[in-house]
Amino acid sequence: MSDHILLPEGSIEKQTTTLNLGPTHPATHGVFQNILELDGERIMKATSTVGYIHRAFEKIAERRPLYQITPLTDRLNYCSSPINNMGWHLTCEKLLNVSTPKRVDYLRVIIMELARISDHLICNSIVGVDSGAYSGFLYVMQFRELIYEIYEEVCGSRLTTNIGRIGGFERNFTNAAFEKLEKFLDEKTGYPAQLREFENLFTRNRIFMDRTIGCGPITAERAMNYGFTGPNLRAAGVDYDVRVHSPYSSYQDFDFTVPVGTTGDCYDRFLVRNQEMWQSLSILKQAYKKVQEFKGAEADIYHADVPAYYLPEKKDVYTKMEALIYHFKIVMGETEMPVGEVYNSVEGANGELGYYLISDGGRTPYRLHFRRPCFIYYQAYPELIKDGMLSDAVITMSSLNLIAGELDA
Amino acid sequence: MLSNEIIQQKLTDKFGDVLTDWHVPYGMLTFTAPNELNLKVLQFLFDDADLKFNFLTDLQAVHYPDNKGAELAVVYHLHNWVDNIRIRFKVFADINQPDVFSATALYQSANFMERETYDFFGVNFVGHPNLIRILNVDEMDYFPLRKEFPLEDQTRIDKDDEMFGRG
Repeated sequence: MSDHILLPEGSIEKQTTTLNLGPTHPATHGVFQNILELDGERIMKATSTVGYIHRAFEKIAERRPLYQITPLTDRLNYCSSPINNMGWHLTCEKLLNVSTPKRVDYLRVIIMELARISDHLICNSIVGVDSGAYSGFLYVMQFRELIYEIYEEVCGSRLTTNIGRIGGFERNFTNAAFEKLEKFLDEKTGYPAQLREFENLFTRNRIFMDRTIGCGPITAERAMNYGFTGPNLRAAGVDYDVRVHSPYSSYQDFDFTVPVGTTGDCYDRFLVRNQEMWQSLSILKQAYKKVQEFKGAEADIYHADVPAYYLPEKKDVYTKMEALIYHFKIVMGETEMPVGEVYNSVEGANGELGYYLISDGGRTPYRLHFRRPCFIYYQAYPELIKDGMLSDAVITMSSLNLIAGELDA
Repeated sequence: MLSNEIIQQKLTDKFGDVLTDWHVPYGMLTFTAPNELNLKVLQFLFDDADLKFNFLTDLQAVHYPDNKGAELAVVYHLHNWVDNIRIRFKVFADINQPDVFSATALYQSANFMERETYDFFGVNFVGHPNLIRILNVDEMDYFPLRKEFPLEDQTRIDKDDEMFGRG
């Protein structure tokens, strides 16, 4: 803040205060520690400490067959775990050279875009909460609940979903799932109406704008150098989106735009996320329409034909010899993987989520590394909040969409 | 349009035969560079007017205990956003003296990634401004992702009767 009065160099009154923001502070929405050096309320220096909830996923994954690693990926970015799950399945499919039917791709797109919306709505409404506007958070929360109900219809769980299998889904989408999706997409009573109301509350709100414009900005060059990806990078003006650059799961069949900002501050990040939710809604509608076009036997396809990796249906296990053998082999983790190394990435809710998998032909990965977007862009945080107010640091943290689970692996 | 062949040609023209082990697993050009040349390769890929690899996607290490004298591999994933092409290259280091030059001067994003790699594998990034543990506790005196710390094998092949309650 330029109008802040600076004490002259060497003044005896000049002294800074050290403040621990975190590890468990209600305003940080997670376990983050920042040791701030404050001059009055102005941040001179910040030192971040991470790793409070490190759970050694990469080590654990070295002793697990592929399908048992999916639950580990849930716990990275737990606000949008289906994207992590799908990213992991896509990585395995790339390694195993499995191609999925179109219907599976479209169903995956539906789940991933729902997850993106559920992540962005939390992030944006939390920015509202941290700037003193609580009601928006409650407005959108009921639709996160509806998204979780859709997950529940598809896979049975809500937060840590473990959704899908290598090759497709564990079961076909039920009618109830599609009905809930229709309810979600309804223009008058569904999420579009709610999102419009949410935007009415915030986007041109003078107080919110004053609070967020110019808060925690970053230039495009710095953002690239810091390894930003996802909405935070796009808010700085770089239109990099994995869904467009290297389409996976048939994203090339959909018509959508990549919203970009200019200044990379909290307000731009907020706007980019809101626009992305509109784009996700549009993708959802297109995907739902495409899924409905499958008729007859085609409408029953929900997985690829990969018996060695796709767990067979239980009724087949009881009646068919082959299914029983594969069931046993998969559950006991006795299927060997091809030798190779593969890097695959998906557009996670907060950036490029990458999986680097090295297989030596054994039953478990030789090495698995998660490229976690949070972890990489969090190192810019001290630079973003420097010379700002303490309360701006809180807002910057929530608008970066930091998820402790992803940060610490 | 930039292709893997052009990249390989340009790198070979610049560095000669020291870059080895060229292969293209799953479409991504992969090669090995000598340990001491990692920064030169990164800088060349960054600066060259055609290559424009100016985004460091990922940096991490792999431990190959049987590869005597070059046990630790540091793997760089780079991305050219203009032509949308990715490459990967590795440098190997001796586990008894795992010195690799730090890329932090070129990429700010390498800071945490190198700290993480140091934390789990003990790779000593020469020139890193703050090479301390990041995810593990500071008091830890070993590098947990190295292969000499095995976990219980859940996909065991030695299924004797004892494990099924009959022993």
